[in-house]
Amino acid sequence: MTTTAPAEQSVGKTPSGAAHPHPRRRPGRIRRIGLPYLLLLPALLLELLVHLVPMVIGAVMSFKELTQFYIRDWGTAPWSGLDNYKVSVDFDAPVGEALLHSFLVTVAFTLLSVGLCWLIGTAAAVFMQDTFRGRGLLRALFLVPYALPVYAAVITWVFMFQHDNGLVNHVLHDQLHLTDKPSFWLIGDNSFWALLTVSVWKGWPFAFLIVMAGLQNIPGELYEAAALDGAGLWQQIRRITLPSLRPVNQVLLLVLFLWTFNDFNTPYVLFGKSAPEAADLISVHIYQASFVTWNFGTGSAMSVLLLLFLLVVTGVYLLLTSRGRKPADV
Amino acid sequence: MAPPRSFLWSRRIFLTLLTGFVLLPVYVMVSSSLKPLADVTGQFHWLPSEVTIRPYIDIWSTIPLARYFVNSLIVAGAATVCSVVIAVFAAYAVSRYDFRGKRVFTVTVLSTQMFPGILFLLPLFLIYVNIGNATGIALFGSRGGLILTYLTFSLPFSIWMLIGYLDSVPRDLDEAALVDGCGPLGALFRVVVPAAIPGIVAVAVYAFMTAWGEVLFASVMTNDTTRTLAVGLQGYSTLNNVYWNQIMAASLVVSVPVVAGFLLLQRYLVAGLTAGAVK
Repeated sequence: MTTTAPAEQSVGKTPSGAAHPHPRRRPGRIRRIGLPYLLLLPALLLELLVHLVPMVIGAVMSFKELTQFYIRDWGTAPWSGLDNYKVSVDFDAPVGEALLHSFLVTVAFTLLSVGLCWLIGTAAAVFMQDTFRGRGLLRALFLVPYALPVYAAVITWVFMFQHDNGLVNHVLHDQLHLTDKPSFWLIGDNSFWALLTVSVWKGWPFAFLIVMAGLQNIPGELYEAAALDGAGLWQQIRRITLPSLRPVNQVLLLVLFLWTFNDFNTPYVLFGKSAPEAADLISVHIYQASFVTWNFGTGSAMSVLLLLFLLVVTGVYLLLTSRGRKPADV
Repeated sequence: MAPPRSFLWSRRIFLTLLTGFVLLPVYVMVSSSLKPLADVTGQFHWLPSEVTIRPYIDIWSTIPLARYFVNSLIVAGAATVCSVVIAVFAAYAVSRYDFRGKRVFTVTVLSTQMFPGILFLLPLFLIYVNIGNATGIALFGSRGGLILTYLTFSLPFSIWMLIGYLDSVPRDLDEAALVDGCGPLGALFRVVVPAAIPGIVAVAVYAFMTAWGEVLFASVMTNDTTRTLAVGLQGYSTLNNVYWNQIMAASLVVSVPVVAGFLLLQRYLVAGLTAGAVK
């Protein structure tokens, strides 16, 4: 088989390319300008199909009175202007009040969960930075919560949180006698803490992974120089390790925030279609508004509001972190 | 230099507690899956009263677990293959060429990744229902429809990670291939793809894992025949009984392939994840 097919030659190479300082490019140029678009075409079409069109439709839906009567043919649903938005943000009426409550719960939950995931992940990565016996095994173990399918892992927690036959009540009540009577974990106020526990259990290994990778990029000379100057290990961690992780942490915290804020899988498997009030995360709340009470219009308006909030938060965050980085780089 | 004692003790205590926290559910899953039903309906006990593999036999007949397994395999597999193949082309274009609209494209990809799934679920649901009404093509409830919805999260992720990874593959490699007479596609397939295998594997594993664990779309977009594991496992709870031992056995069976694959490929995965994410 010959190695240079005619089609490939036309890309702009002469057979003896090295002899010419500037190989003939003209026939290839035209193809090359079109080529990136050609390569992108499948991705563009699919992005259009699964992201852009649904988003436009979602936005349109939020201005319609879309209840179960119009689902079969949603185009015919009557326009309702800003009604869906008014209902969603009228915090004195039941729908708006519940949405605000759910939003606040989600913010509190997300901040706590991200903070704990980051703390545990960073501590584990720093402690495991140098080698010791069993390090490889521990590293693999620590990734298990991350690798387990969400529903399999969370359903195990559901079992552990059962009132009568769960491990948590058995340990807290029967074995340690910390509570007067077995508690309910998946309903009532405790559900917030149950959700947080599961979320941290599942989420911290990702922080661990990313911080570990970030640690590899810190040059060893920094530590050597610090050791020569008499800095102890704790000081090295505080003065070198943590500051060097800043750019990694900025990305990590944003990603963790978005994932946790948008998480649907964990609360849904833990609580089912309608979460207890104390753990009513926004994703499940919108799901319930849409698919349980069949009010797609309001559900869409809530989705749009959620999206606006996430865009604002991300924008502000990116602005703040990129501004904070500049003086340090110079 | 030996680390100070305070460091060693903090490390020991912290890592022991953390290992306990991590392994607790794994222990519960394994031990409960070997218990008879009576053991999991009464008070919790750390050890089974008798060890039985009965739950592992019964899981297949209590619910059509095998069918759900196949559904999950098809849906997650197809979504993975589609998104990785499409993402390789797109990432190559973004990583190697300058073109008008490049920034718009990358920003769009990045931002769709941060959108909540619920945002796409509602409109896609209505689109499928309407296409079904208009043409008779049943996208809603079909595996094809579910695969398409899974692209909402696996495609942007794959593109984004692969751009990062391809950027780390030296340009000299494909430029050398071009000088040697390969076309751009030849360079992509003969040089860039082989050099980027670790990154591609990482993205594929990650995409598969995410699809395998997906609950939101699966709970709305499936019916009795196309149900995936994520929704199907709920079938072990009946009005009369919750078969916790079978749920745990099935969870374990469902998890083992993914966890094993993940741990086997973790080196690739960590390298790929970090090339894309930590920059």
